[in-house]
Amino acid sequence: MNIHEYQAKELLKAYDVPVPVGGVAYSDKQAAQVAEDIGGSKWVVKAQVHAGGRGKAGGVKLVHSIDEVKKTADGMIGSHLVTHQTGPEGALVHRVWVEQASHIKKEFYLGLVIDRATQRITVMASSEGGTDIEEVARSSPEKIVKEVVDPAIGLRDFQCRKIATAIGLKGRLMPHSVKLMKALYRCMRDRDALQIEINPLAIVSVGEEEKLLVLDAKLNFDDNALYRQRGITDLRDLAEEDPKEVEASGHGLNYIALDGNIGCIVNGAGLAMASLDAITLHGGRPANFLDVGGGASPEKVTNACRIVLQDPNVKAILVNIFAGINRCDWIALGLIQACNHLQIKVPLVVRLAGTNVEEGRRILAESGLAFITAENLDAAAAKAVAIVNE
Amino acid sequence: MSIFVDKHSRVIFQGFTGEHASFHAQDAIGIGTNVVGGVTPGKGGTMHLGLPVFDTVAEAVAATGADVSGVFVPPPFNADALMEAIDAGIRVAVTIADGIPIHDMVRLQRYRIGRDAILIGPNSPGIITPGECKVGIMPSHIYRKGNIGIVSRSGTLNYEATEQMSVLGIGISTSVGIGGDPINGTDFVAVLKAFEADPETQIVVLIGEIGGPQEVAAARWAQKNMSKPIVGFVAGVSAPPGRRMGHAGAIIASESDTARAKMDTMEALGLYVARNPAHIGQTVLQAMREHGIKP
Repeated sequence: MNIHEYQAKELLKAYDVPVPVGGVAYSDKQAAQVAEDIGGSKWVVKAQVHAGGRGKAGGVKLVHSIDEVKKTADGMIGSHLVTHQTGPEGALVHRVWVEQASHIKKEFYLGLVIDRATQRITVMASSEGGTDIEEVARSSPEKIVKEVVDPAIGLRDFQCRKIATAIGLKGRLMPHSVKLMKALYRCMRDRDALQIEINPLAIVSVGEEEKLLVLDAKLNFDDNALYRQRGITDLRDLAEEDPKEVEASGHGLNYIALDGNIGCIVNGAGLAMASLDAITLHGGRPANFLDVGGGASPEKVTNACRIVLQDPNVKAILVNIFAGINRCDWIALGLIQACNHLQIKVPLVVRLAGTNVEEGRRILAESGLAFITAENLDAAAAKAVAIVNE
Repeated sequence: MSIFVDKHSRVIFQGFTGEHASFHAQDAIGIGTNVVGGVTPGKGGTMHLGLPVFDTVAEAVAATGADVSGVFVPPPFNADALMEAIDAGIRVAVTIADGIPIHDMVRLQRYRIGRDAILIGPNSPGIITPGECKVGIMPSHIYRKGNIGIVSRSGTLNYEATEQMSVLGIGISTSVGIGGDPINGTDFVAVLKAFEADPETQIVVLIGEIGGPQEVAAARWAQKNMSKPIVGFVAGVSAPPGRRMGHAGAIIASESDTARAKMDTMEALGLYVARNPAHIGQTVLQAMREHGIKP
């Protein structure tokens, strides 16, 4: 689960992580009020959407007057921000974050991830802040330093000092950075975060003094742990998610919209991916990924059909079920129920295998409905592709 | 022979009296698995499926000599149940649970250091040695005895490959699902190592997915250390980057995470690769012919 930048900054502030003074606003008037309340002479207005790449897309603006804050917020709120992560339709901006602009002297990258190779939390840092870390990893991997954390011991001060030294944080900034890194680690562990990305972490000057400030923060949380993280669950913004995906998850289905025209209903994530692959290898384009999971009832199958058909591009549906804990007879009943309730106008190609397969096939055959059956995965994909290419 | 479990395995189920454990314990008994009891805290001293129920794994092990446990405990409590199994001296712990918090897995993997137990899963279909022992949720009737080892992340894709082979008259020595989560107990390399040492297994089918470095690590290890041919497949050539494809671990975060990159590496390292998920069975047959292996 992702959260907005303003939520991330508010959460980190509770861990004593230094973040800019700012506030969230849902209208241009509110934005002006926030700027007045926090004071200063320069502000940054930032569109709050989950997608990355906001800066380049015009979603982050430096302004010099309250009037400009108001105008900028007015331009952002209600508009669609198109970044490289949103797709051409963009993301609707519901709110902005207004903060005091900082005098930035240097920018760094600081990230905490769960590294799959070591199976541990790993702190990564780079002196190349403000840029795409993937790009740094490609072009100059030596500029990224890493420390792996033993979960039984936790992140140690000396590890933080190693990182600070490697990226060039010296003097009073060294102990400050140790405190900051340890706070991020505590937040990651205690709130079941999958990832915390601070990009950039900046050295800013306040008068004669230099200090560290988190200018942007991206936090991602473990869906599987939300049951014990009520405070985090409350931060979920459904408006940022695909409504079909939200509806599907409410029915215990895992749905991901794609841009093709063959709808897919499959059980199991691996077989679902392989079914999309088989369609692609036959020259077709899948419209979605959909995993009905284990123990799919007829109702669940009907819901799956309804969600797939909400996509107007769907010209045929491929149903591929290899029943282990599922039952082919239930799947068949679900498909018949779906045909009767939803007036499905596109052809359904059905491949059933595994538990109760004979019963499932018999139910489909005796229904009198025009299912196109297939013996195996290859035949099913070929038939579905042939239909949409007609 | 086989790997990890066989007819000598003494199996218990944790969460024994629950619906899923009951169903799959009965199915396991049906194919000849030596199920010796189960654990449900608070129900110790009762009987279930004609077998004794214990409050703790330690008691179950002491009374029955159990060495394998199927952990059918809900995800929030699963990591704790696995530690209990390991603490009690269980040799192979199998967890089906989909949805264990990843920080629980980080701690569990730390706990396993210095302890020998084999952990299969989480988010796994389990393990089956056909005709001898099943600890999992796979449809046991599709698995026939043979000389091909299977290791996969996915359950249903494991069934798919098994059926493709079955149609061609090819059977299985042991099938292991390591699970679809980003952190698995036993990884591909550990399973390959066991298959290499198993005289009954002559070819290994390795079925991976997008996301993570495990498939490539396994292929590199195999090239240096395995004498037996491997047939690889990686699901997700059509998966878009940055999206979790059902499994928590199936996400393309970098170029090396893609299915194509993984299969290219496998091929370059000398593995047989089925580029099409429908051709896994045929590719196994080809490998058998080229190595003079009979089903």
